[in-house]
Amino acid sequence: MQNFTGVGVSPGRIIGSVRQMPKPISEPPAGDRLDPSKSADEATGELRAAAKTVQAELQRRAEAATGASKSVLEATALMATDPMLIKAAVKLVATGTSTERAIWESGASVAEMLHNLGGYMAERATDVLDVRARIVAELRGVTAPGIPHSDVPFILVAEDLAPADTATLDPKKVLGLVTSGGGPQSHTAIIARALGLPAVVAAVGVDALADGTEVYVDGAAGTLQVGPGDEQRKAVEAWEHVAASLSVFDGNGATADGHLVPILANVGGAADAVKAAEAGAQGVGLLRTEFCFLERDTEPTIDEQVVAYRGVFDAFPGKKVVVRTLDAGADKPLPFLTDSTEPNPSLGVRGYRTDMTSPGVLKRQLTAIATAAEASSAVVWVMAPMIATVDEAADFAAMCRVAGLKTPGVMVEVPSAALRSASILTEAEFVSLGTNDLTQYAMAADRQLGTLAALNSPWQPAVLQLIQLTVAGSIAEGHNKPVGVCGEAAADPVLAVVLVGLGVATLSMTSRSMSAVGAVLKSVTLEEAQGLAELALSARNADEARTRVRAGLPILEELGL
Amino acid sequence: MSERKATIASRVGLHARPASIFAAAVGEQTTEVTIGLETDPAEDAMDASSILSLMSLGASNGDVVVLRAEGDGSDEVLEALVKILETDLDAE
Repeated sequence: MQNFTGVGVSPGRIIGSVRQMPKPISEPPAGDRLDPSKSADEATGELRAAAKTVQAELQRRAEAATGASKSVLEATALMATDPMLIKAAVKLVATGTSTERAIWESGASVAEMLHNLGGYMAERATDVLDVRARIVAELRGVTAPGIPHSDVPFILVAEDLAPADTATLDPKKVLGLVTSGGGPQSHTAIIARALGLPAVVAAVGVDALADGTEVYVDGAAGTLQVGPGDEQRKAVEAWEHVAASLSVFDGNGATADGHLVPILANVGGAADAVKAAEAGAQGVGLLRTEFCFLERDTEPTIDEQVVAYRGVFDAFPGKKVVVRTLDAGADKPLPFLTDSTEPNPSLGVRGYRTDMTSPGVLKRQLTAIATAAEASSAVVWVMAPMIATVDEAADFAAMCRVAGLKTPGVMVEVPSAALRSASILTEAEFVSLGTNDLTQYAMAADRQLGTLAALNSPWQPAVLQLIQLTVAGSIAEGHNKPVGVCGEAAADPVLAVVLVGLGVATLSMTSRSMSAVGAVLKSVTLEEAQGLAELALSARNADEARTRVRAGLPILEELGL
Repeated sequence: MSERKATIASRVGLHARPASIFAAAVGEQTTEVTIGLETDPAEDAMDASSILSLMSLGASNGDVVVLRAEGDGSDEVLEALVKILETDLDAE
């Protein structure tokens, strides 16, 4: 058995077949001259255009990336048109060197400089060489180097990975990472840890492994073995049990067949938002703005609100944050807004309805949200709670547009809104199902009464049918406007599968639930989820619906859920 | 010629992310801005809009750098850029 030893940078034990990274872009020969038919100015123009194209491509990838890989990609994108890199190349072109050779040499001297600085900077030298290879590929009109495509998951073996590679790395396809170069601070290590992929770096000699070779990788011990035996297979099995119980959300909500279902967080303030972002939330599906208003006798000023919202938006740069406007009333009374003498507060002036009795509060809140949104890079959507009719949805959307908020939506928690979602979605850009209130209103069972807990289950087939009708309304409306869920139902990994099967586009929940929901969702295909949703819908009652779906999800037992 | 000193506030120094934020901010200015370590001679100063120059500067947390620019409005430009350097960009 052939063994390789390197540095383990991300734990995990796996067996899989090797795929080598494609050979890098070949070096343009030394002394390669500029085509005599081309002027130095023309050539410089081509070089700058190629650099710009590479920058745009890297920037595009940065926008799609998240967390650590995003900031690294942003820095790499800047390098592509960096004056230090380009000016040196332009000088060489002016003396008659070909553009490919010029950028090659310029990149080499920059990389050497970083390398000589040592430590962290030396590891950034890879980024410069990656940018250089991309610019040469662009000048040659060939595909940029990148991760190989394969239908089956594989263990990626490379010399080292650059941010542009790691950002496009699909964790469903790549089982683990092994590099012959790199160090514990390399992108390979950073990305492997972020994705929870077993990884070994600095394993000299692994570049020689043929594609398809079956190997065992231990990311904790830092070893790779060719031709694994029973002992290694047992180690892999043992690891799978451990990994399952430790599982953290990987930041990619999707079914087993790759149907994307972003997993968002419900948050009630900046501290919450930071925690959710750290836990891998793909955005915020419900920002409860009550945190600004509760325990106050008077309305907070616009400035105070802007600061409070900014704290949340800044935790999710470039990502979606759905803000719910003030939802006062019923279980959340506010002295300056709601009337505590109402005989039936759940059916009273609450949520969006407080705009009838205290006009101005909502308008000022929308102004504050718009101001905070403008100063941040978060993608801010806004929605009103307790919308019952299409006219209310239209009025709210109009107020949002006046405030400069482009994506107004509404909560679907009143059954009338679920039934009329097609018409409501002609006015709103999205809807989000608040399953807690939707259940309470559909079943006419007070959420706060323990005696009625059985009625108050989102597993009630009637509630599931209202969710189905809401999705059907969106389909009927015809613009593919998203239907999300931000109630407790989304945090139940079993029910979450049903929701996805019913056609729900996003799930928003407390950040603690994300890993369990993500793990269960990944165990089923969209078609399987649809089948399970059918079983739940056709059940006689809530218990039967739940039992049927659980029986169809073997992963629950493995995870101990 | 305007000149301003700034103390690097980012905990990791003027590295990848703080450097890219700063380089992008310099890039938005029409004025050419140079950056150098306080201890280095002025003629060694480098293009502050270049992320590679910034990284090669190797400025760590607490190091003092000198920003220089010429022309109208350069005082204001440098003032704004000093603020960026004196913010802990890793914390944001």
